[in-house]
Amino acid sequence: MTETTQGLKPATPYLKFTDAGEPFLQGFKCVHCSQTYLGQRDHCAKCAARDCMSPMNLGTSGLLYNYTIVYRSYPGIKVPFVSAVVDLDSGCTIKGNLLDIEPSPENLDFDMPVEVVFRGAELSNSAGEGFISHFFVPKKGSE
Amino acid sequence: MSNNVYVIGTDMIRFGRFENATPPGLAAQAALLALDDAGLSIKDIQAVYSGNCGETMVGQRMLQLIGQTGVPVVNVTNACATGATAFREAMIAIKAGVCDIALAVGSEKMGKGMLVRKNRAGEAIPSEGLAGSGTMPAVFSEMGMEHTRAYGTTPEQYAQVSVKNHFHSTLNPKAMYQRETPLEDVLGAEMIAYPNTKLMCSVNVDGSAAAVLCSERKLKELGLTSRAVKIRASALASDPFTDRNLIMPDVSTVTRNAAEAAYNEAGIEPKDLHLVELHDCFATAEICHYENLGLCNEGQGGPFLDSGATTLGGKIPVNVSGGLLSKGHPLGATGIANIYEVVTHLRGEAGDRQVEGATIGMTHVVGLGSACAVHVLEKA
Repeated sequence: MTETTQGLKPATPYLKFTDAGEPFLQGFKCVHCSQTYLGQRDHCAKCAARDCMSPMNLGTSGLLYNYTIVYRSYPGIKVPFVSAVVDLDSGCTIKGNLLDIEPSPENLDFDMPVEVVFRGAELSNSAGEGFISHFFVPKKGSE
Repeated sequence: MSNNVYVIGTDMIRFGRFENATPPGLAAQAALLALDDAGLSIKDIQAVYSGNCGETMVGQRMLQLIGQTGVPVVNVTNACATGATAFREAMIAIKAGVCDIALAVGSEKMGKGMLVRKNRAGEAIPSEGLAGSGTMPAVFSEMGMEHTRAYGTTPEQYAQVSVKNHFHSTLNPKAMYQRETPLEDVLGAEMIAYPNTKLMCSVNVDGSAAAVLCSERKLKELGLTSRAVKIRASALASDPFTDRNLIMPDVSTVTRNAAEAAYNEAGIEPKDLHLVELHDCFATAEICHYENLGLCNEGQGGPFLDSGATTLGGKIPVNVSGGLLSKGHPLGATGIANIYEVVTHLRGEAGDRQVEGATIGMTHVVGLGSACAVHVLEKA
C-alpha cells in the first residue's frame, strides 16, 4: 500500500484492496459471453445468463473514449472537471474524473492513453476526506 | 370496424413556474382544456391514464378536483417518456376493447435548476463528481461528444439547435420562453457541461398537457371526425444491451429501435413526415436524433441542421413548438405536449408556426434509464 492511500476507506463499492493492500477496481465477467462489468453483479445484462459472474481486476490501462467538461455540479464538487469515459484494456468501460490535465477540449484527444490511479477523494469532493477513489491521468510518455 | 384509435381533444397549459400549483391541480387544468377541445365532459371518460414523475396517485387526486366518476385510473411513470407512455397505455386499452374513450394526462411540478439524483445504495459518499458525472447535462453532453468523435460535429452546430428552437418558440404562445437567442448569446452563456451552455439545456418548468382518445366506433357515434387525428403508430422500447450503455447511457439505440417499430407499423418512411417533435432535452441530443429517427443520413445531422431543413419552412421542420429547450420540459407532461403540438398542426390550427399542409407527423421522447416512445399521427 502506498503512503498516500494508507488507512483510507473506499469511496465506491467497486474499489477493493488486494491481500497486499493495493487498491484496484473490481469487475465481474460473464463466464458465458465474456462481457465485463464494473462492480459486483449476479446475472448478465448482455446474454441474460444467471449466476454466471466471475470477479476480476479491471487493471489500470485504457483509452479515453469520450468526455465532457463539467462546469456545474453538486455542492462540494470542484469544477471544472473532466468526466471521462474510458475503455479499459481489460474490456470494461468505466467513468471517472481525469486529473493532471487542464480541463479544456484542446488538451483532450479521443483515444488518448490514460491510466487509472488511486488518490484521496477530497481531490474532487470536499466531503471526501478519509476516502480513496479512482481517477484517470494521462499515461506518461504518451503526450 | 377497424381498431384505429383517434385523438379527439387535446390541449396544454402554457408552461411556466407556478409557485402554488400542485400536480393534480396542473393535471386538472389540462384535462379540462382537452375535454373542452373535444366538447366532452369528464363524465364521458371511461378510463384515465395519468403521467407524473414526482408524486403518487396524481390521476385520482385530479379527479377529486374535477369529478370523481369512479372510472379506472392508472398512474404512469417512465422518466421523460412518462406522458407518452400514459398516452400509449390509453390507446392500448381502447385497442383492446376495454374502453371506448380514455383521457391521458401528464403533469409535473419541477424544482428550479439541475436535477439531482439520490445517493445510490452502497455509496459511502456521492459518486457524482467523484467518479465522473451522471448529471443530465453531462450525460447528454457526452452523447454529443460521441457524435463529435465520430463526425466532427462542432459546438457551433449544437448551439445552432438552440438558436432554431428559441426562434420557433417566439411563434408559440404556450412556450415558457418566447425570446430569440442569437448564436453569440448561446455560445456565450454559462457553460454547464461542454459543449452545452445554459441556453442549450431544456428549461425545468411546471406544466401539464392532456389528450382525449377514442375508438373508431366512438368517433363516429360522437360525430367528431372533422378535427380527429389518427394514431398511425405507437412504439415503446427499453434500452437493449449495448457495450457502454451501463456507464454512458445510450439513448440512440433505444430511439432507433422505437423509430423502426413506428415506421414499420405506420408503413411509412422518414421522408413521408411533415413535422417532428423530438426530445431536445439538450441541444446536443437533437442533432443525434435527426439520425436516430432517420431524418437524414448517418453523420449528416450537423450539415442537415445548417441547411435549414429542420427550421420552420424547411424540408422537415423539427420542434416548431420551441422544443424542450424553449417551450420547457415538465417531465411527465412533455410527451403529451408533443402530441398536442403535432395534432394542432395536423388540424391546421397552429397559427403563426403552422407547418403548411401537414398531414402526418411524429413525436419522440426519451426517458433516461431508458425508455423511448415514438408516435406517428395522421390527419384523419
